[in-house]
Amino acid sequence: MRRLRPALLAGCVLMTAACSNIQPWVKPYERDRLADPIMAWDRDAISSAYVDHIRESREGSRGASGSAGGGCGCN
Amino acid sequence: MRSESARRIPGRLAVLTALLLVRATCADVLPDDRADLFYSKYSGGGMDITGESVLVRKKVTENFALEASYFIDKVSGASIDVLSQASQIKDERKQKTGTVEYVHDKTTYTASFINSVERDYKSNTSSFSLKQDMFGDLTTLSLAFANTTDTVGENNGTANVPIVAWLGHAGSKSYDVDLSQILTKNFIAGVNFNVITDQGLLANPYRSVRFIDTGNPKGYSLGSQVYPDTRTSTAVQIEGKYYLPYRAAITGSYRYFRDTWSIVGNTYELDYTHPISNIWILEGRVRYYKQNHADFYSDLFDYADEYRFEARDQDLAAQDNYTIGAKVTYAFLPDGWKMFKRATATLDVSRITFHYLDFRNIKYYGVPQYTPGDEPLYQFNATVFQIYMSMFF
Repeated sequence: MRRLRPALLAGCVLMTAACSNIQPWVKPYERDRLADPIMAWDRDAISSAYVDHIRESREGSRGASGSAGGGCGCN
Repeated sequence: MRSESARRIPGRLAVLTALLLVRATCADVLPDDRADLFYSKYSGGGMDITGESVLVRKKVTENFALEASYFIDKVSGASIDVLSQASQIKDERKQKTGTVEYVHDKTTYTASFINSVERDYKSNTSSFSLKQDMFGDLTTLSLAFANTTDTVGENNGTANVPIVAWLGHAGSKSYDVDLSQILTKNFIAGVNFNVITDQGLLANPYRSVRFIDTGNPKGYSLGSQVYPDTRTSTAVQIEGKYYLPYRAAITGSYRYFRDTWSIVGNTYELDYTHPISNIWILEGRVRYYKQNHADFYSDLFDYADEYRFEARDQDLAAQDNYTIGAKVTYAFLPDGWKMFKRATATLDVSRITFHYLDFRNIKYYGVPQYTPGDEPLYQFNATVFQIYMSMFF
């Protein structure tokens, strides 16, 4: 039983931690760099959609990189 | 030498930014209203495609925004496999998009409709997405679904006098799960997962298979492509963006793709963004893409109807391509003008080099040293030019 105590204690601590709210490890006031426009995933959606359309018209791959619009790109 | 008060300004700005961010984390907010004017030109492989677009986005309330865009592209010339059948192309595609966006607390709901019309192709896409910020806004999860229905035709007339025969329909359903995660004060990572299922008429009617035909003076004849009626593809992309010790960002991404036609594609991309004094943003990027061919693709079949499914579409051939690109954004109207708060103008130029590994340039036929199957492998360069202006209000 003595051997089990540390494991039970660790289990209780872990369960308690799992039930509590996850605390953000990067605080909101530490996100000024992440809020810089140069850190945006996609600054110009209209341009990204156009480039994706060109690529999907000439490559066999598609998806997982934003929307590509419609049309067949047959020519 | 800067004064003490001047040295405090960046610190004060950081505190102000942080306070605004704390406020922003209370609920998600919609992006600024904007209007974009866009012009593009693609030149390569015998084709010239010019595109013009306008986009307007407006918040109706703090929680509700509407977006509309109109895109028109004009195609002239023709790609290599269209040229090999001696037909010239002149076409126009018009695309209209309408989007509704609603934000409630940490959740953003988006519904969108895209209508694209060419004289021989019609496409309608409806999509719905949901974006949820979680865990103190360190994590953003997005789920999206899109349904597309296409009507496929073929122009049996000429470029100037079209006679379109409608051949059938195709449909696709796309499922996306995207996760974006703040890892440190300087690093954000993302994983995008996408599955698309297609059904219907999936072959390109303008492209043909070729097969050995000793009765033909060319040594080969052309026949119709036959594709499977279904296709399912899976793509996973991982990406990371890092804020460098000075004010600049570097982005790297890798995408793995595979589908039920046995195409496996790998994409690698690296992007460097460098702002200069809040007026200029310079960006450079390189991209490498490689794929193997679909299992029913061949540049030259041994005889007519050799297999149940046959294709000689260059998109399904084994290929690789390299892209090198540069982008310059200039910010102007920093103090606003009339209803506009600020504006940007952007110039973007890319150069793409395509190499096909089992797709031959049959335009060369007729030169005595080439027999069918011995023609040079096809390759070409394309230039993609974009210029656009964005006004934020």
